[in-house]
Amino acid sequence: MKDILQELEHRREEARLGGGQTRIDSQHAKGKLTARERIDLLLDEDSFEEFDMFKTHRCTDFGMEKSKPRGDGVVTGWGTINGRMVYVFSQDFTVFGGSLSETHAEKICKIMDMAMQNGAPVIGINDSGGARIQEGVASLAGYAEVFQRNIMASGVVPQISVIMGPCAGGAVYSPAMTDFIFMVKDSSYMFVTGPDVVKTVTNEVVTAEELGGASTHTKKSSVADGAFENDVEAMAEVRRLVDFLPLNNREKPPVRPFFDDVARVEDSLDTLIPDNPNSPYDMKELIQKLGDEGDFYEIQEDYAKNIITGFMRLEGQTVGVVANQPMVLAGCLDIDSSRKAARFVRFCDAFEIPILTLVDVPGFLPGTSQEYGGVIKHGAKLLFAYGEATVPKVTVITRKAYGGAYDVMASKHLRGDFNYAWPTAEIAVMGAKGATEIIHRADLGDAEKIAAHTKDYEDRFANPFVAAERGFIDEVIQPRSTRKRICRAFASLRGKKLQNPWKKHDNIPL
Amino acid sequence: MFNKILIANRGEIACRVMKTAKKMGITTVAIYSDADKHALHVQMADEAIHIGPPPANQSYIVIDKVMEAIKASGAEAVHPGYGFLSENSKFAEALEAAGVAFVGPPVGAIEAMGDKITSKKIAQDAQVSTVPGYMGLIEDAEEAVKISNEIGYPVMIKASAGGGGKGMRIAWNDEEAREGFQSSKNEAANSFGDDRIFIEKFVTQPRHIEIQVLCDAHGNGIYLGERECSIQRRNQKVVEEAPSPFLDEATRKAMGEQAVALAKAVGYASAGTVEFIVDGQKNFYFLEMNTRLQVEHPVTELITGVDLVEQMIRVAAGEPLSITQDDVTLTGWAIENRLYAEDPYRGFLPSIGRLTRYRPPAETASGPMLVNGKWQGDAPEGPTAVRNDTGVYEGGEISMYYDPMIAKLCTWAPTRAEAIEAMRIALDSFEVEGIGHNLPFLSAVMDHPKFISGDMTTAFIAEEYPEGFEGVTLPEEELRRVAASAAAMHRVAEIRRARVSGRMDNHERRVATDWVVALQGESFPVHIDADHEGSTVTFPDGQVLRVASDWTPGDQLAVLDVNGSPLVLKVGKITQGFRIRTRGADLAVKVRSPRQAELAALMPEKVAPDTSKLLLCPMPGLIVKVNVEVGQEVQEGQALCTVEAMKMENILRAEKKGIVSKINAAAGDSLAVDDVIMEFE
Repeated sequence: MKDILQELEHRREEARLGGGQTRIDSQHAKGKLTARERIDLLLDEDSFEEFDMFKTHRCTDFGMEKSKPRGDGVVTGWGTINGRMVYVFSQDFTVFGGSLSETHAEKICKIMDMAMQNGAPVIGINDSGGARIQEGVASLAGYAEVFQRNIMASGVVPQISVIMGPCAGGAVYSPAMTDFIFMVKDSSYMFVTGPDVVKTVTNEVVTAEELGGASTHTKKSSVADGAFENDVEAMAEVRRLVDFLPLNNREKPPVRPFFDDVARVEDSLDTLIPDNPNSPYDMKELIQKLGDEGDFYEIQEDYAKNIITGFMRLEGQTVGVVANQPMVLAGCLDIDSSRKAARFVRFCDAFEIPILTLVDVPGFLPGTSQEYGGVIKHGAKLLFAYGEATVPKVTVITRKAYGGAYDVMASKHLRGDFNYAWPTAEIAVMGAKGATEIIHRADLGDAEKIAAHTKDYEDRFANPFVAAERGFIDEVIQPRSTRKRICRAFASLRGKKLQNPWKKHDNIPL
Repeated sequence: MFNKILIANRGEIACRVMKTAKKMGITTVAIYSDADKHALHVQMADEAIHIGPPPANQSYIVIDKVMEAIKASGAEAVHPGYGFLSENSKFAEALEAAGVAFVGPPVGAIEAMGDKITSKKIAQDAQVSTVPGYMGLIEDAEEAVKISNEIGYPVMIKASAGGGGKGMRIAWNDEEAREGFQSSKNEAANSFGDDRIFIEKFVTQPRHIEIQVLCDAHGNGIYLGERECSIQRRNQKVVEEAPSPFLDEATRKAMGEQAVALAKAVGYASAGTVEFIVDGQKNFYFLEMNTRLQVEHPVTELITGVDLVEQMIRVAAGEPLSITQDDVTLTGWAIENRLYAEDPYRGFLPSIGRLTRYRPPAETASGPMLVNGKWQGDAPEGPTAVRNDTGVYEGGEISMYYDPMIAKLCTWAPTRAEAIEAMRIALDSFEVEGIGHNLPFLSAVMDHPKFISGDMTTAFIAEEYPEGFEGVTLPEEELRRVAASAAAMHRVAEIRRARVSGRMDNHERRVATDWVVALQGESFPVHIDADHEGSTVTFPDGQVLRVASDWTPGDQLAVLDVNGSPLVLKVGKITQGFRIRTRGADLAVKVRSPRQAELAALMPEKVAPDTSKLLLCPMPGLIVKVNVEVGQEVQEGQALCTVEAMKMENILRAEKKGIVSKINAAAGDSLAVDDVIMEFE
């Protein structure tokens, strides 16, 4: 009996070594941790339970039958993050370079199926050279099996991808369909075709880092939602994110004990809006002063900075925040910011996360590059996302809400539940100067008259009261008491029930 | 007594004067420029009058505008504060002509003391000790030696036209005087085309010590002890204290009596300050007299219990002094630290912007309340007092137009050591965010052995921080106190994290008791035993620190008790730990489980990437202004140019120190994203 028990331990030891100590050392030398070390960091201590530790591949071509490492290049299983269940797979670069075989894919599919069935997030740690070429189409089939599950799981359980090494070719499309992609600076890259192919086909000379490193994907392509300094920080920050997310689409977002005053008054917000309407201010200060304990988890921090997206907590419960940032491009909407915010709004709506929208928007960015790029359809994505969202929606207009951008930013007309405005709000078709020049075109030559007309327009429209008279603004509130107001608003919406008409699915302008 | 007083100033001093005026039942009137529309002194005043655009030379120091405001308000008296019009005799004359009382000395006294040569002469006539020297022309080296011997070595041989150290020599004996005279003369001739030379006493180990005097219009005059103001940076006082750790009773008395004699000699009637330079042997020499309320007056108030502003107002109203020299006692010790909106890490470059957070430590004495060793009114709890004179508030704006001093933090305690300790805690508790400020530097000074011993000269900052301020490295003992606190706080935060909803019942996360704290390049594995009152933190060498605190996650200020002594930390969030600021140090503190720490040790050290030597246009926009020129050295954070985009002006700043080598854009140019605006060497 004892011998048999020992045999189990022996086999486990062997599996835990993956591709062997030499390859583990080489992984460490690259500044990367192993698949199991990453799981240790991701999950609560001693909470990981592994599946399919002894699974091996079935390939017999090219001498593959001679090497059958247990686990086949991916570690899968489940565990907890702060006591909440998550499923995880972590590709093991030390085994065949983490390449995906038919059996490797089967392991991933198994935990994805369980995650869907049991309602828990899936966290995928990607560190793989790509398809297992020796297996040919069997490997490609494996990818597609994973893709199909990513698609089915989308909107059912949160899916998080962490790219911690190479992720190239077809492999990129699994993370691409998950909710969030995070990368590790200097040690991860993602691309459909690598630098060599790029050179051959287009003659462009580019490094892997330039083509698909963390900087590229967080700043230029928006493929990644964030990047971290190293593996340890990445795992810690993913834990932090999971604390904000519901486990599945049938559950409310999590609540945790909080130590902040629900009615906290922030006098300094009364002076946040500068006297000069053309001076910027930092919208992040407002976000930090509204949320519990100033905690904010920003998504896509380095991309389309004219809009801010991320998670905060109010009364301990997760709230998604979308806010125009006057510091960048005056906070206008453009192609990039519309896409960024639209995707975030849809994530929140899919997972019952209430949405707080902070508005200071002078309009859409004009220009040929915007029109040629299709700002009409991209802008419509955000409009669509807000309009279809049935979660609690609270909006605060701090300053400008001009033109079509006013409508887009979770206005009353898009089923906003609470639409507040600060006394500094200006809700109008456009700024006073532009409006005057159109309405009083005849007086354009007369600077004095134009100035008088502009003043008239400002007096009439550069305030929240015209909108409030029509009921488009529910209440004009003091900046200092905004936290208390929005906390109460969301508290009153905890029982909100709103159903869109039955449809197979909508046809958002992709 | 007056019914209404106008304060012809702004910022903390305007607020300070108003406090006393209100106490005396006098209506207060503020004046303000466009930049100060929302300033604290405007909010505090009973009435406020707008006097013009932001620059002081178009508002606060335009006599006509201030006079108009006085007329409009019907004020019977004007307190000028310090700076601005406070020592302007024309302003005092204008007030006199208008029949409005000036809360300050008579015009004649301002004029007499306003001129360096006249004031020195008056001082000499009044038997006040002045720096010995020979102002006449010196013919040759032998005469120079003769004069030097009369003055007494060491002497300073200076070119009349000199500046910047050129043509200046210090001589300790005849030979050096002979050589120094010749080389100074040559250098002066070459550099300035003017070889006139003069000689004066070279004051060794100079300290700046000043005497507070108070005189009425009836011929009474007293002195209220001294203030030591040796901690200065480029002639800007940073730390002051009263009394001076250097003076003995006899010197104090001699200095005080000479100061009063000088004041009487010019018919002084108000509060004034006589500044002396004091050498290592306690020889003191008159420097100048400031005919106004001094910035650092609070330390005198704290040890004498005399409200100087009240006395100034009473004297201006014609009342005789109610206190005599015998009534003046110096009780305990007071220290003032000036909080400047200057970034110590960036060469003390002024920093402007919005105060996103401004929380001074709680005041336990807001004014001069110590009378004859007894606290009047709101007595502070405990043996120390904290006073903060300020003119700003959270959410307010620090503008570029005025003095960068935003607060004067003072502590009082029975002894100097206790006052310093109280100041350390007060500085640690002072929360200022949004702008660069010198709090870390002040903390460093409070912990500096030379300051603690009281052995400092006016060269303290130049000598002790020759390369500027580069932050503080905490000593091991202090580091452990911080480490233990961070571990205890981290554990509290982790326990809260583990209480999130949606947990698997009966399989909750159990927060561990062993942690590894990494900070300032060191790593401490610790074990925590927590109970309801606090945490007992054990280090591997057996040291045990007991940490007690009511800190909860999110608190930006942690007030802790570590082994019975207080520790105050400013706490921010970083991945796996805290950003902790205390005692001038700014630390990234990581608290990890042993397994996390083991794996973190495998992570490569990343060298900060060389930030490009180019300034790229971050957005499509129009260049409105280029602030620098080719060849100019720029400091980190300095404004380089302004780009207007979407009608918003964005100021682009230098990411690091450098020299501008090329500028590719000029005002009016339209640029696209990533266009190169300028290049650096």
